[in-house]
Amino acid sequence: MRRRAVGRTVLDKPFWSKLCASVTFAILLAMLLVTGQSGAQSDASDDPVLQGTLSVRDSEGEKNPVPDVSITVADGADSIGATVSGEDGTFEIPVPLNGAEERVVAVTLEEDTLPNGVNLRNPDRNPLQITVRAQSGGRAVFGLDDEAVENTYAADTGVTMRRVLQLSAEGIKLGLILALAAMGLSLVFGTTGLVNFAHGEMITWGALVAFFFNAYGLAGIFGFLAGGLPLIGTGGNLVFAAIAALIIAFLTGMAMDRFIFRRLRRRGIGLTSQLVITIGLSMAIRYSFLYVFRGDPRSFKDWAVQKGVDIGPITLAPKDLWTIGISLVVLIAAGLMLQRTRIGKAMRAVADNRDLAASSGIDVERVIILVWGYGAVLAALSGILFGLGESVRWDMGFRLLLMVFAGVTLGGLGTAFGALVGSLVVGIFIQVSTLFISPELKSVGALLILVLILVARPQGILGQKERIG
Amino acid sequence: MDWGSIFEGAIRAAFDLDAVVFAIAAIGLNIHFGYTGLLNFGQVGFMAAGAYGVGIATTYFGWNPWVALVVGILAAVVLALILGLPTLRLRADYLAIVTIATSEILRLSFRSVSLREFSGGSNGINGFANAFYAWSPFDPQVQYGIRIPGIDLSIKFFGNRAWILLIGWIVVVALLIFVRLAVSSPWGRVLKAIREDEDAVRALGKNAYWFKVQSLIVGGVIGAIGGMVLSIGTQTVQPDVYSTSLTFFVWTALILGGVGRTWSPVIGAMIFWVLLSFTEGVLRQGVENNYLPDWLIDGVQVGQVRFIMVGLGLCALLIFRPQGIFGDRNEMALEDR
Repeated sequence: MRRRAVGRTVLDKPFWSKLCASVTFAILLAMLLVTGQSGAQSDASDDPVLQGTLSVRDSEGEKNPVPDVSITVADGADSIGATVSGEDGTFEIPVPLNGAEERVVAVTLEEDTLPNGVNLRNPDRNPLQITVRAQSGGRAVFGLDDEAVENTYAADTGVTMRRVLQLSAEGIKLGLILALAAMGLSLVFGTTGLVNFAHGEMITWGALVAFFFNAYGLAGIFGFLAGGLPLIGTGGNLVFAAIAALIIAFLTGMAMDRFIFRRLRRRGIGLTSQLVITIGLSMAIRYSFLYVFRGDPRSFKDWAVQKGVDIGPITLAPKDLWTIGISLVVLIAAGLMLQRTRIGKAMRAVADNRDLAASSGIDVERVIILVWGYGAVLAALSGILFGLGESVRWDMGFRLLLMVFAGVTLGGLGTAFGALVGSLVVGIFIQVSTLFISPELKSVGALLILVLILVARPQGILGQKERIG
Repeated sequence: MDWGSIFEGAIRAAFDLDAVVFAIAAIGLNIHFGYTGLLNFGQVGFMAAGAYGVGIATTYFGWNPWVALVVGILAAVVLALILGLPTLRLRADYLAIVTIATSEILRLSFRSVSLREFSGGSNGINGFANAFYAWSPFDPQVQYGIRIPGIDLSIKFFGNRAWILLIGWIVVVALLIFVRLAVSSPWGRVLKAIREDEDAVRALGKNAYWFKVQSLIVGGVIGAIGGMVLSIGTQTVQPDVYSTSLTFFVWTALILGGVGRTWSPVIGAMIFWVLLSFTEGVLRQGVENNYLPDWLIDGVQVGQVRFIMVGLGLCALLIFRPQGIFGDRNEMALEDR
C-alpha cells in the first residue's frame, strides 16, 4: 500500500514494515520454543495428587518460591512418598487411594531442609492432616516466614533521617524509571490523543526480550564480545542484550502504529474505541507473555546480586546508581531532542495542533510513527532497568502502568516535562510512604494520589486547563 | 474427543453462575456506557464493594443477612459518589483511569495483611452464605434440571447451585424490567441525550453532571448485586477474583451482545460463556488426549488462552462490529466528542 510518493517517508516502505513485523514475530516464536520446553512434563499415574507451593514473602511483599525442601507423606506408620520442592517452590506427591473415595494423610515438612533464616510460621501445624480426594486431590499449605524480612518489618519502622534519605534515593530511582515510561505514554497521548493502556506491555516487552537475549540468545551469538571487552567484563552480556532489546522495541513500537493504530485512524475509529482496543490488546499481549514466559519472576543473569555501596548515610547497589545515571541521561537527551531537533520540534507541533502542523508541511503520520517508536524504546528501557533492580515478570508492566498513569496525571496529561516531574513525585511518594504504611500497600498510596489530584487539580501540576474539559 | 460433553458443558455455561453474574454486571455497565456513555473501567470495584459489603457485614459484624445486603448496596452507592463527584466533570478518559485505579486500590487493600481480620487478606472471607442456603427449598444432595422434551441433553445442577441460579435469574429478569422502565422514563431520555450531546442537554437546563452521577450510582448498585450473587454462589469472597481482567470480561460480554439495548447484555453474557466454555473444553480435551503437543500447550496454559482470546475478541469487536450482535450503531457512544 503505497501512499504519496512525494514525501520522503522512508519508514512507509513495505520493506521496513515487513521487517518490523517479522522480527517481532520471530522473537515471540523463538521465545515460545525455548521457554516452552521447560514446561513439558506429564504424570502417568492416575492416583490423585497432593500438591502445594512453598513461598516466602520478601521485603516488597512479593511471594518468592522456596526450592529444595523435603516433604514426606505418610498414613499412620505407612509411608506413602517423599519429594523435594522444585525451582518454583511447588511439590506434588501422588497418593494411592486403594479404591477408597478419600484418604487422610499426614504431610511433614522437614524443617532442617528449609533455607537459613526461613521458618515455619506455625510450627505446631507440622505435620498437616490433609484429606486427599479421588476427584480433586489435596492441597498442603505451609506458611513460611523469612526471619530477616520479618525483622525489618518489625524493627526498622521508626522514622529516622537515615531511612528518609535512603527511601528518597530509592524513590528517585523508581521515579526515573516511571518517568521513562511516562514520557512515551505522554508523547503518544499528545500527538494522537490516545490513552494507551497497552503501554505497560511495551515495558514488559523490553524486559522480556532483554531477558531472552541475556539468558538464551546473545550468550551464544555475541558471547565472545563480552569476553573480549575488558571494560564490560564477564557480566557485559546484559548490555548487549539490552541494546538488542531497545532496537527491537523501536521496531515493535513502529509496527504497532503502522499495523494497528494507523489503520484504526484511517478507518475513522474514534478515540474512545481506540482506548478500549488498547485495553483488549493489553490483555491479549499480557497473557501471551504469561503463556510463553510462565508465571514465575526471574532475574537477569548479570548483576542479579550486588553488594551495596555506602554514600554518606545511604546505601545503594552500583546497579542502582547506574540505573539513576542512565535514566537521567536518557531523559535529558529526550528532552533536548524535543526542544532542539527538527523531529522533536515536529513532535511538539503535532501535539500542539495537528492540522496546523500538517498544513505547514510536517508529515504527521511520520511523526506519529516515530513517537510510537521512541515511546516504545523509552518504555523498554524502563522495563529493563526495573527488571535489573527487581525481577522480570510477565505482568510487571501492567503493575507499573497505573503508577505511570499516576505520574502522568499528576504532571498533566500530554506534557513531556510534566510527566517527568509527576513521575518523580510519585516514585518518591511511593517509597517514602513505606515509612508509615506496610510495603504491600505502597502502590495503593500512589493510586490514591492519582484520585486525589483529579479532585484538587485535574489538569496536573504543569498541565493546561483546556485539555481536561 | 468427547464432543457430547464439550457441547453439554457449553450449553450449561449459558445458564451457570458465571453467566448470571456477568449478565447482572453487564446490565449495570450498560446503564453506564450504553445509555449514558460513561467509560467505567472499574465495574469490578462495584462488584467487590457488594461482595465484601455482604461478607464483612455478616462475618466481622455478625449482622443479619438482610442488613448485610443493604450494606453491600450502600457500599456501592458510596463508591459511586467517591468516583463520580470529582471525575464526571472532566473528560471521559479521566473517569476511565480513576475507575480502573480505584478498583485496584480496593483489591489491594482487601487482600492486604493489615486489614486481614476485617477482609480476610488473600484468603478472603468464607462461610458467610449459610443463612442464604438455609432458605433453599432444594436438597443439596440432589441434582435438579430442566429436561427439554425430545432432546437427549439434560443440564443439571446440585441443589445449592440450583437455588442461587434460580434467585440469580429472577434478579436478572427484575433488573431488565427495571431498566426498561427507567430508560423509557424522562430520566432515561436525559441519560441518552447526555450520551449524544452533553452540551445540548445543559443548554436545555438539565444538570448533566448530576444525571451522570445518578447513572453511575444506579449502574454501580446493579454491579454490586452481581458481586453479591457471585460471592453467595461461590460461598466465598476472594480478592483476586476482583481483578481488572474481570471488568474487561464484562465489557466484552456487553459489547458482544450490543450496547444500548435492554436485554442484549444478558444474551451477550450467555453467548460469551458458551464461547469460552466451548473453546476451553476443546483445548482441555485436546491436551488430555495428547492431540496437542506438550511444547505448544499444557494444562496450565489452557486457562490462560481464555484471557488472550477475550482480549483479541474485544479488539476485533470494536474494530469490525462495535454494535455487537444485537446493538444499533447509532446508539453507540464511541464517537469522538
